[in-house]
Amino acid sequence: MPQVMPAANPSEVSGRELKRQLRHAERLKKFKAFALVLPLVLFLLLVFVQPISTMLWRSVDNTELMEVMPTTATEILQWDGQGLPSETVMAAFAKELQASRKEGGLGQVGRRLNYEDPGFRGLLMRTLRKFPDEAAATSWKSLLPEIDPAWGEVETWQAIQRSATPMTDRYLLASVDMERNAQGEIQAVAEEQQVYRAVFQRTLIIAGSVTLLCLLLGFPLAYLLATLPVGTSNLLMIFVLLPFWTSLLVRTASWIVLLQTGGVINAGLMGLGILDEPLQLVFNRFGVLVAMVHILLPFMILPLYSVMKGISPSYQRAAISLGAHPFAAFWKVYVPQTVSGVAAGALLVFIMALGYYITPALVGGASDQMVSYYVAYYTNTTNNWGMAAALGSLLLVVTLLLYLVYHRLVNQKQLVRS
Amino acid sequence: MLNIKKKTSWLTAGILGSGLLLASTAQAFTVISFGGASGDAMQKAYYEPFDDQTQVDLIPGDYNGGLSRIRAMVETGNVSWDLVEVESPDLIRGCFEGMFEIIDWERLGLKDKLIDSAVEECGVGTFVWSTVMAYNAERLDKAPQTWADFWNVEDFPGKRGLRKGAKYTLEFALMADGVPADEVYDVLRTSAGVDRAFAMLNKLKDHIQWWEAGAQPPQWLVAGDVVMSSSYNGRIAAAQEEGQNLQIAWKGSVYDLDYWAIVSGSEKVDTAYDFINFASQAENQAVYSSEIPYGPVNPDAIAKLSDKQAARMPTADANLKGALAMDTGFWVDYGEELEQRFNAWASRL
Repeated sequence: MPQVMPAANPSEVSGRELKRQLRHAERLKKFKAFALVLPLVLFLLLVFVQPISTMLWRSVDNTELMEVMPTTATEILQWDGQGLPSETVMAAFAKELQASRKEGGLGQVGRRLNYEDPGFRGLLMRTLRKFPDEAAATSWKSLLPEIDPAWGEVETWQAIQRSATPMTDRYLLASVDMERNAQGEIQAVAEEQQVYRAVFQRTLIIAGSVTLLCLLLGFPLAYLLATLPVGTSNLLMIFVLLPFWTSLLVRTASWIVLLQTGGVINAGLMGLGILDEPLQLVFNRFGVLVAMVHILLPFMILPLYSVMKGISPSYQRAAISLGAHPFAAFWKVYVPQTVSGVAAGALLVFIMALGYYITPALVGGASDQMVSYYVAYYTNTTNNWGMAAALGSLLLVVTLLLYLVYHRLVNQKQLVRS
Repeated sequence: MLNIKKKTSWLTAGILGSGLLLASTAQAFTVISFGGASGDAMQKAYYEPFDDQTQVDLIPGDYNGGLSRIRAMVETGNVSWDLVEVESPDLIRGCFEGMFEIIDWERLGLKDKLIDSAVEECGVGTFVWSTVMAYNAERLDKAPQTWADFWNVEDFPGKRGLRKGAKYTLEFALMADGVPADEVYDVLRTSAGVDRAFAMLNKLKDHIQWWEAGAQPPQWLVAGDVVMSSSYNGRIAAAQEEGQNLQIAWKGSVYDLDYWAIVSGSEKVDTAYDFINFASQAENQAVYSSEIPYGPVNPDAIAKLSDKQAARMPTADANLKGALAMDTGFWVDYGEELEQRFNAWASRL
């Protein structure tokens, strides 16, 4: 490398020169290090940052009408919302409506306007069918209401105006059971249409219960694994990992086989005369908890085990030899050392449980579905991607907030300990 | 020597053959159906004979309905499905949005041969299917006849299965409340009618087990999880053929058509027309309907079925009595609103 001076006469190199060379070498090193992680950065940008930002954007995106009917969108945004819009607006709308059928995009507009009023798609269909063949109509303002009286109502045009802005908060508001009324004020939706607050609450409760159950079951097991002789603990470890290697769907389906009314458990209990009629064990909350705990348990055991493996038994022995009750020695000396394992395991299980979809869909009832179920429902069944994105974004925000709180708590505990 | 030569020629043929196979996969014609017993019947009645007759490399596949995948294909211009079996509301919605090619009925020349409801702007009827009330005759002393019996938990104790969604469920609830089949949609168009349907569901809610996949009801009926359930009639017939004592009450069944639709932007439109034509012929439809009791859209096909088979068709005269024709237009207009209300109701159970 030409930049690096041959150190023939180092005493002649001044201090400043040396600093400069050093900085240069440092920069080169940094550049090389960056080049090494560049593929990873690109990968993350492409498969993580980009899709998530697209999803976040979709939850406020309102450009459907603007893309298909640019002139209408600009014109109607200038309308004050009082009385019927001017002839210019109506003519632009009529022209672009007709064009959208030929050039595609009508579906996009119909879908968007239908969110404002369920009859809108039908209205567009009826209007297009009765459209005059000659586009030489002189007054669209009188012609459109003739085709369908709905065009003579201010509400119809206000709905189009609401769809013409580049961004909307309707999906995000709808995800918390709110909406804007005709005057633009935010209000709660009608009681029989309220869903999502309850769903978010339920998602947190299910994820929390699963985490707690996993901790209760996983902690003693991990303790056992960490303290048993290697041969036995390896064997037990295989039992923990074996289901872990089986497909999630297979495990969920086998719980249905075990728990259903005519299933192995009910048949067994009835055969032994313990039960007179079968218990409802699946397609309810109980089934969801059993199946989810079973699937997520290894994610609790593995971090706990790795932490417990590194804890020397001598601390506990020392405590006992100094006169502590064995339980006190366990609780006050051993358990605090496992905090980082508990924290990692609980976080892992909780966050995975938050996004569970297929297990509750298969073993749960209608009132055990979590947020992801509705995300899937809007993506696949009704194609309302704005709503799916809004629910997804909200779940992301809730998860991040919980993580922050949790991070605070765990760090504080560790501080107290040290 | 001869042996070696023979071997070499086999090898050459093999290599050539696999080359041809590779070349033809690129030109494959993909037909997507709902799979299951119906997919098997299509395989026998349509796919295999069409394959034999035309040498077209037909690749069958299945999906669970819904437009999102088709929309994604059309929007990205990466159309890998050519012909799709779609349910009627999806056909109308997809047609409006330009996801399906508009059918040239003159070119097809089938307009007079098929039943009226099989002729649509973007679709050609595939078969008539029905959502019926099915029950396990082993577990019930009396045979339920109507939806009112379905709601009667005193005389017919046990859990009931219904599809997790507003469609069908609301119609059944109204019929259980005494609304005659031909007035159901008039009542449902009013908000008082919708309230009435949900009030009926409230009465039964503790006894309902919700199903999502069509395979679940017969499975649950056999396993004893439910004593009766709404179900697709073809699924029940398949279970009957396996020797299960499941029965159908036809009164108050809701029948509907599935359609063939050509995905907009498909490169195989000509093949798709040939296939639709082939699949609409009476003799092929009769093969399909003898495999699975979905009614043929070509009325000539019914004559080719045995009396016993014809009696299992949703379109048999006896079964049509008191049956309700699905109002596709209604569900296209009000579907999203009602499904939202249903979800809100169901999540509070």
